[in-house]
Amino acid sequence: MIATVEQLHVSRQEGRAADSRLIVASLEGVNKNYDAIRALRGVDFQVRAGEVVALLGPNSAGKTTAVKLLLGLMQPNSGRVRVFGGDPTNPKNRMRTGAMLQVGKVPETLRVREHIDLFSSYYPKPMPPGEVLAAAGLENLGDRKFGDLSGGQRQRTLFALAICGDPDLLFLDEPTVGLDVEARRTLWDEIRRLVKRGKTVLLTTHYLQEADALADHIAVINRGEIIAEGTPAEIKAKTNGKRIRCVTRLSVASLLQIPGVTDVRQDREAVEIHASEAEPVVRALLASDASLSGLEITSAGLEEAFLALTQDNSGNANRQN
Amino acid sequence: MSTAAEVFGNTQIERSTNHTATIYLKEARYEFLKNLRLRVYTASVICFPLMFYVLFGLVLNSKGSIGDTHVPTYLIATYGTFGVMGASLFGTASGLASDRGLGWLQVKRASPMPPFAYFAAKVVLSMIFSAIVVSLLLVLGIAFGGVRMPLVQMAKLLGTLVAGSLPFSAMGLAIGYFAGPNSAPAAINLIYLPLSFCSGLWVPYMFLPKLVRQIALALPPYHLSQLALGTVGAGWQQSTATHWEVLFAFTLICLGVARIGFQRDQGKLYG
Repeated sequence: MIATVEQLHVSRQEGRAADSRLIVASLEGVNKNYDAIRALRGVDFQVRAGEVVALLGPNSAGKTTAVKLLLGLMQPNSGRVRVFGGDPTNPKNRMRTGAMLQVGKVPETLRVREHIDLFSSYYPKPMPPGEVLAAAGLENLGDRKFGDLSGGQRQRTLFALAICGDPDLLFLDEPTVGLDVEARRTLWDEIRRLVKRGKTVLLTTHYLQEADALADHIAVINRGEIIAEGTPAEIKAKTNGKRIRCVTRLSVASLLQIPGVTDVRQDREAVEIHASEAEPVVRALLASDASLSGLEITSAGLEEAFLALTQDNSGNANRQN
Repeated sequence: MSTAAEVFGNTQIERSTNHTATIYLKEARYEFLKNLRLRVYTASVICFPLMFYVLFGLVLNSKGSIGDTHVPTYLIATYGTFGVMGASLFGTASGLASDRGLGWLQVKRASPMPPFAYFAAKVVLSMIFSAIVVSLLLVLGIAFGGVRMPLVQMAKLLGTLVAGSLPFSAMGLAIGYFAGPNSAPAAINLIYLPLSFCSGLWVPYMFLPKLVRQIALALPPYHLSQLALGTVGAGWQQSTATHWEVLFAFTLICLGVARIGFQRDQGKLYG
């Protein structure tokens, strides 16, 4: 589905800057390097109360790094990380936060119920264990040892540990990796239920479909930089199509009337037109403006990132990030 | 103006002492259960010292004596030290190295777990398993080796050895912070076995070659074994205080090294 011009304009007018909801987590100009590798470069990113934000990007784009910074598991090289208006390592903030991370090995000899019991004990007002098991779809697996669980069941147990404390803010790093379609849907439903109860969720994913299904707001990240942000409709509109740049005397309003144009932006003396297909738009442009000059056609900015995403969707389930 | 804590409703979150105590208890309880069910741990930590004791203390030399001390009694102290060392090193280092290297510690650190609870649980686990090993050695010695000692002396021996778990737990934490998740058990054995031999835990101290005896003076297990032997009247020359001082200093050094590893972890990504 391509967003209509109206939708785009409406969402831009109600832009996030004007959003009065509380920012519960943010990265402000954050840089993070691992030796020579620049994992995050000048990232600005916000999560507002009560919304689901998806950090969408291919492997090693910096998604996990962003989550780990927000969890206070590491420090940025520069920039500021805030959670609930303070330091993410503050124990009080951690009591309101739940996290699902990608883990190589979880203690295998403890039972699901025991893992949940221990993690619940860390929080001031945990959910009853029965509810946690039900929410994670683990009703009959409470007495199973972690080592005896299937990949999907392990993933759901980690989800259970993230939600058992009934936290206000939930970080889910690739929550549905390794889940089958049905389990993935169940988890989505559970995330929606949490949001309905007023919780805030930041999830990372390399599935556009997942971000689209769950998120109010998507930030696309590639090679350590946020390359696009917006509603799922806005992002999807940017995933395909071409960017046409030219100097024209046509007004922005009249350019938006051309069929196939999804976005128009004034860029110094030129305009930048976003369109699903270049040829018909260029034809229309040249027909109505003989003086048109400096014509340039390039692929839309997200193409590179989404090429990587598509590759991941086709079964390359590499969990290193 | 309202503070950030007020805006975000953080002010009412406070953990009571009671709640904190519950977390520490649960952490220790599950650490214990986790390892109890881990056959590699229980087998290597409990069975090896017992096997050595049965072989060298009960089957081969049960009538003999070392100095003035009955062999089965003497060997409870030395294999007890050996057992305590194993329980403590394996109880802390291998779990920590694997939790660190394979991401589980990050999940714990991201949670509101009091960080110290994690380490305390490992130390408690080491002490419990140390107590189990020493108690089993005593039971075997009394049942099959003719070991006889007053209850007070037995309690002193047990107490000394269990307290001796602390320096080796600290050593384990230091190793756990610097060994890889898969290489940790090998690293432990590489330290544990030569250290045991050179400290006179397998071959009694006075039968060791002169050079090894001199090396032993610098080794913590030697000092713990001397303290344990002291409780059954078989200690070597040095004063009890010296042994405790050495172990105390060793503990501090290991904790210092572990602390460096802990701080290094705060800024680094694993896995």
